[in-house]
Amino acid sequence: MSKEEKKGFLHYLYKHRFLMGRRLTQVSIMLLYIGGNIYGWNILKGNLSSSKLFDVIPLADPFAVLQMFFAGAIVAVDALIGAGIILLFYALIGGRAFCSWVCPMNMITDFANWLRVKTNIHREEWQLRITRKTRYLAIAMALTLSLILGMPAFEFVSPISILHRGLIFGMGLGWTMVLAIFLFDLFVIKNGWCGHVCPLGGFYSLVSKPSLIRVDYDYGKCTECMECVKICPESQVLHMVGKHSSLVSSGECINCGRCVEVCNDDAIYFSLRFLEKSKEAVSHEGK
Amino acid sequence: MSKGRKPPVNESRRKFLVRSMQAVGISILGGVVWGAFVKENTYDPLAIRPPGALPGDDFLKKCIKCGLCVEACANRPTVPYKNGKKMITLRLASPGDNKPLGTPYFIPRDVPCYMCEDIPCVVACPTGALEPDLVSSLVDGKKSLDINKARMGVAVIDHKNCIAFWGLQCDACYRACPLLDEAIYIVPSRNPRTGKHAFMVPQVDPDHCTGCGLCEHACVTEKAAIFVLPREVALGKAGKHYLKGWEEHQEINGYEPQEEKKEKGKSPESYLNSEDLLNE
Ligand code: SF4
Ligand code: SF4
Ligand code: SF4
Ligand code: SF4
Ligand code: SF4
Repeated sequence: MSKEEKKGFLHYLYKHRFLMGRRLTQVSIMLLYIGGNIYGWNILKGNLSSSKLFDVIPLADPFAVLQMFFAGAIVAVDALIGAGIILLFYALIGGRAFCSWVCPMNMITDFANWLRVKTNIHREEWQLRITRKTRYLAIAMALTLSLILGMPAFEFVSPISILHRGLIFGMGLGWTMVLAIFLFDLFVIKNGWCGHVCPLGGFYSLVSKPSLIRVDYDYGKCTECMECVKICPESQVLHMVGKHSSLVSSGECINCGRCVEVCNDDAIYFSLRFLEKSKEAVSHEGK
Repeated sequence: MSKGRKPPVNESRRKFLVRSMQAVGISILGGVVWGAFVKENTYDPLAIRPPGALPGDDFLKKCIKCGLCVEACANRPTVPYKNGKKMITLRLASPGDNKPLGTPYFIPRDVPCYMCEDIPCVVACPTGALEPDLVSSLVDGKKSLDINKARMGVAVIDHKNCIAFWGLQCDACYRACPLLDEAIYIVPSRNPRTGKHAFMVPQVDPDHCTGCGLCEHACVTEKAAIFVLPREVALGKAGKHYLKGWEEHQEINGYEPQEEKKEKGKSPESYLNSEDLLNE
């Protein structure tokens, strides 16, 4: 490797630092679960619906527990505590990081998205248009159906659960569901599932609005290349780019850090809510 | 609107109405399909559940599909091996298994429940879908786990194909039963065909049978002649018109056997029919 190449490689790593960190986290979490099932490792047992961390700390999917409430079930304390821990973690600290750092479906939909852009399938005018608010409708439907049927309705159809359960306990015909999501994102709508439909993502969008970890944008440093908006899977949350400095306040931001990586001007970066820098008020007219 | 001209109030209101109706339409269409699938998928009267499972729909309501019970079963120290492969009782239903998705079940003919004394599957359950109270009994005034309280199903014998009923010598199921002589007992009788041999046929007592399926697993016939069915499916019900007048606690006064009321929730099988499990 010549010096140039080496630098290029390091630069590449640097430019994908969050992406790699996320893939590593997503894959390791799944591996820990799989090891927990096959070899009885006591680090993470169960699956993303509910698990035991180090054999003591219960964790549970708060959206699943919410549906159970609507279905009329009074779940045991373990699951309640577990759901509380997860809820508080994302609501107060992580933001919607579940989607970009944990959920295995994210790897599938990101791959579909990457392929879509690489192969030029993606054209604005070819898109089927549905609103990104569909996910909130899906939440309402999940809860209503849970109430009517007396069953946690989304839990019986969730492709996310089918995927993570399948990876740990055996997939069966579950791959067809995963393929369906992949094709939907590849051909029908860009970021279709995760960015428009998924009620679990929607749930985390709603609850994680107050979270501590936030992306911050500095208009003063921005050169308006719009790379961040182009790469963002929830591009509507970057509405302020090119207009004014501000935190990304929408809960729909998944804290994936793609925008941070692609920015060549340090204009967009991870920050903590209370650390929001006072940026010089600048106008780009004079630049 | 892009022309910078505000649409007349009427038009924007109409647009809003149309958008709302579209949302309603899609919700109803989606809701019906989604609901129908859930209804269809959760209807499985033949699934055999782990010990301590709440009855019927209550189980499906509470189970979060985490598989912790399955892992506890797979990783218990006493798991037997066959041809170098772990004999794991519980499975988590995946698409294609035709069981309510993600819920634990077992197929006794393949791998029965080995009736672990510490019942690790029940201990692992975080939601109470597997309820320890259903598999506990009082020992010296203290609640302790008792696997013999489990009612996963009940064994049923096919009298036509069980070879003991042909007069052949077989007691495989009887020997396999962990509650030998309680859940399965042997009834001898004269074999009129040969005149000098005896029939030694197995009988199941549903009051004691746990539904573990060790008998079904052991049965020597090609397709098991003794098999576990859910209790709601396999057992009849005499109803309150018929009383065992000769049994002490069933004095006939009117239609209602008095004792039965008091015993509700205590006798091993009555919990299956009690509706207020959740409030206990
Ligand atoms: S939107 Fe849904 S499927 Fe996508 S990453 Fe988030 S939880 Fe997973
Ligand atoms: S704003 Fe940045 S961190 Fe948030 S979703 Fe978009 S690319 Fe990811
Ligand atoms: S009691 Fe039966 S189902 Fe439970 S862990 Fe033991 S063998 Fe498995
Ligand atoms: S441990 Fe309980 S909640 Fe989890 S899959 Fe088993 S029965 Fe369901
Ligand atoms: S299922 Fe068979 S082996 Fe198990 S308790 Fe009942 S009769 Fe005995």
